[in-house]
Amino acid sequence: MIYILDQRLRAPNTSDDNSEKGVWSENDRKRVLNDIVGTLFSKAFIDELLKPQQLYSHRTLKTVLTRFAHASIMRLNPASMDRLYELMVMAFKYQVFLCPRPKDLLLISYNHIDTIREMVKDTPVVVNQVDESHRKIIEVYSSLSEGEFQLLRQTLLIFFQDMHVRVSLFLKMKAQNPNGRFALSTSGPVPHGVDVPGLIRTFDSKGREGRRSEFPTGGSYTSAVREGCFELHGDRVVRLGLNIYTVNHPEETHTSKAPSVQTNNTPNLLAKEELNLLARLMGSVKAENKPRAETGFRINLFTTDEEEEEAGDISEAEESMFGVINIQAMKDEQAASELALIAGQFTEPEQPETLGCSKGDDLLAMMDDL
Amino acid sequence: MYHKEKSIPIKNSASALYNNLGVLRIAPRRLTYFTVVHANVVNMVSASWDGLNYSHRQLQSKEPNVATSASLIMQAAFCSLQSRELLVVTSQKGIQMYESDGSIMVYWHALDTPETTTAQAVFARGISAVPENYICVGVSSGSILVFDVPSKGTNISLSEVLDEHKESITDMASECSGSQECIADLVSADDGGNLCVWKSGEEFQLLHKIHGFDMSCSSVKLWKGTVVAGYGTGQIRLYEAVTGILHAEVNAHARWINSLDIAPFSGLLLSAGEDSLVRVWLLNLTPETNSVEIAHLHNECVTDTQICGAKFCDSDGYAFAVTGYDLGCHESPLPRVGAAGAGWRETVQD
Repeated sequence: MIYILDQRLRAPNTSDDNSEKGVWSENDRKRVLNDIVGTLFSKAFIDELLKPQQLYSHRTLKTVLTRFAHASIMRLNPASMDRLYELMVMAFKYQVFLCPRPKDLLLISYNHIDTIREMVKDTPVVVNQVDESHRKIIEVYSSLSEGEFQLLRQTLLIFFQDMHVRVSLFLKMKAQNPNGRFALSTSGPVPHGVDVPGLIRTFDSKGREGRRSEFPTGGSYTSAVREGCFELHGDRVVRLGLNIYTVNHPEETHTSKAPSVQTNNTPNLLAKEELNLLARLMGSVKAENKPRAETGFRINLFTTDEEEEEAGDISEAEESMFGVINIQAMKDEQAASELALIAGQFTEPEQPETLGCSKGDDLLAMMDDL
Repeated sequence: MYHKEKSIPIKNSASALYNNLGVLRIAPRRLTYFTVVHANVVNMVSASWDGLNYSHRQLQSKEPNVATSASLIMQAAFCSLQSRELLVVTSQKGIQMYESDGSIMVYWHALDTPETTTAQAVFARGISAVPENYICVGVSSGSILVFDVPSKGTNISLSEVLDEHKESITDMASECSGSQECIADLVSADDGGNLCVWKSGEEFQLLHKIHGFDMSCSSVKLWKGTVVAGYGTGQIRLYEAVTGILHAEVNAHARWINSLDIAPFSGLLLSAGEDSLVRVWLLNLTPETNSVEIAHLHNECVTDTQICGAKFCDSDGYAFAVTGYDLGCHESPLPRVGAAGAGWRETVQD
């Protein structure tokens, strides 16, 4: 998410009307990134994240990420947020799917953290937060076995199941096929700890090696590269997780659904368990105190504003097909900054119920408003 | 050696799990059942041998109550006992046993789940029938539950709990050659690559423990007293079950092996992994010298697919079927090597 936002914030302004949606200044860009990273890596949130818990649903994750995207003066309208979410999830899927060994999920995560640390290096407070979070992750995950990492990976793959949104950059890199599936190579280096296929060794009852023979592998594999570093700093070796977006090619973040793929838009009613989880996550994200006046700073994940509007109309139409109950607790149009306040209030049990709705309905309504 | 046949449609794509394909051949009715796990659902398809009829059924994991999120299924496997066949489904909440056509659930065993979620995941995984009348299921704690199954009816009971493994059970297998001479009846494997060899009975007896090398053994088979084990490193190892002697070691795959299967009448071995390759091997036992050899016969590449289940469709190994992560029935019309259950049949040489 940070990589994409960074790219869009650096992109030159393409709209005809230059007035309010001005080009982002270097200061503003840094401020937005610092705000978002600071919120994402806050102690409360990271602590909540590192607790043992079940896999999130797409609704929960999207709600939380939308909250983070709005942690600063930047705003995204629903269509752009939808696209941002698709990009994030597909990139995440790509990294988990192609992860060489299950344990390398950590190295991929550390690539993300390393790059983010570099982006916020001018703000020591935020760098500290990133370092602290990194240390906690090392503490929690370093002792897991390969089998446990594989279970983690298999569980994450369930989250991504059946998502085949085509991303321009991946298509360009030939990492993704036109049908939306990622390319799996049968050549190249094997993961660290794996032997190059092709050899059969036999042993006698005393353990002495007997015959050796080879078989055709149907691929062209080479020896493993060295292992990446799992410490706070170091060469990760694995390239997945590094920033692949460049400033000069904003079209890279274009997406389209693969043909004949139905994305599941049915609003699944979240089980009570999941609503509780969402409440805890949202509650651990600090509520912002941004003045209402600063809502003119918008970023667009489409090429033009017209495109963004169109995309918004389409997804709204799709949503209404399923009769989602929309309980508007607040009349104020600037839901984005109100959201933060509402979410922050949910963790306090003595809050009076608004309009007679239960806590669960409020959360659902909040998500529907996003 | 094998040519590709028409794909068998299933309702959902396969999830990334070990051993994610169940096959049961019903010869009298000229059809075969296939089961593929997708998150919290088991997709069953009954395919007629002439390839003209498919009927589908879906089984859900059992939830203790509506308030909890869905429980993920870890494995579904057919268990063939002397007088009946059952479909066993293991999940994060417990073990469900159905009649083999999935029509009725005959037994439910709940796992002990802690009140609050702990760092250690809780689930059941690893399923094997052990003749005459046992079904064994592994648990994430490393325990193995042994169920006593009567020849008919629902009076299934937990007979014993075997506590030898300290890491999560990954897979289990019983002696499949049908030979009466074999001493070992069951082999169990865990996340550390440790293998336990058992003799069945009112009290199961541990015959031998083969220590792992810190690498998960994701799939295991037992044939004519030989343990065939597939590992996360892509290696296949052959051990003599009762003594633990290593017969052979194959650098078989470039990624994690997810599935192994043996055709008991011919000794053909099938291996499949996340490297998108399925390989067919031949096991050769020489009783006089007590040696076991493994020879490579054939490769199939299921393009861009991390294979999670591969099984022979018959005891001779004339045909095999394969499932891969994310392969499902809402496919684009582009020619695809493996949609859902892709099937291969041996090419008959004229």
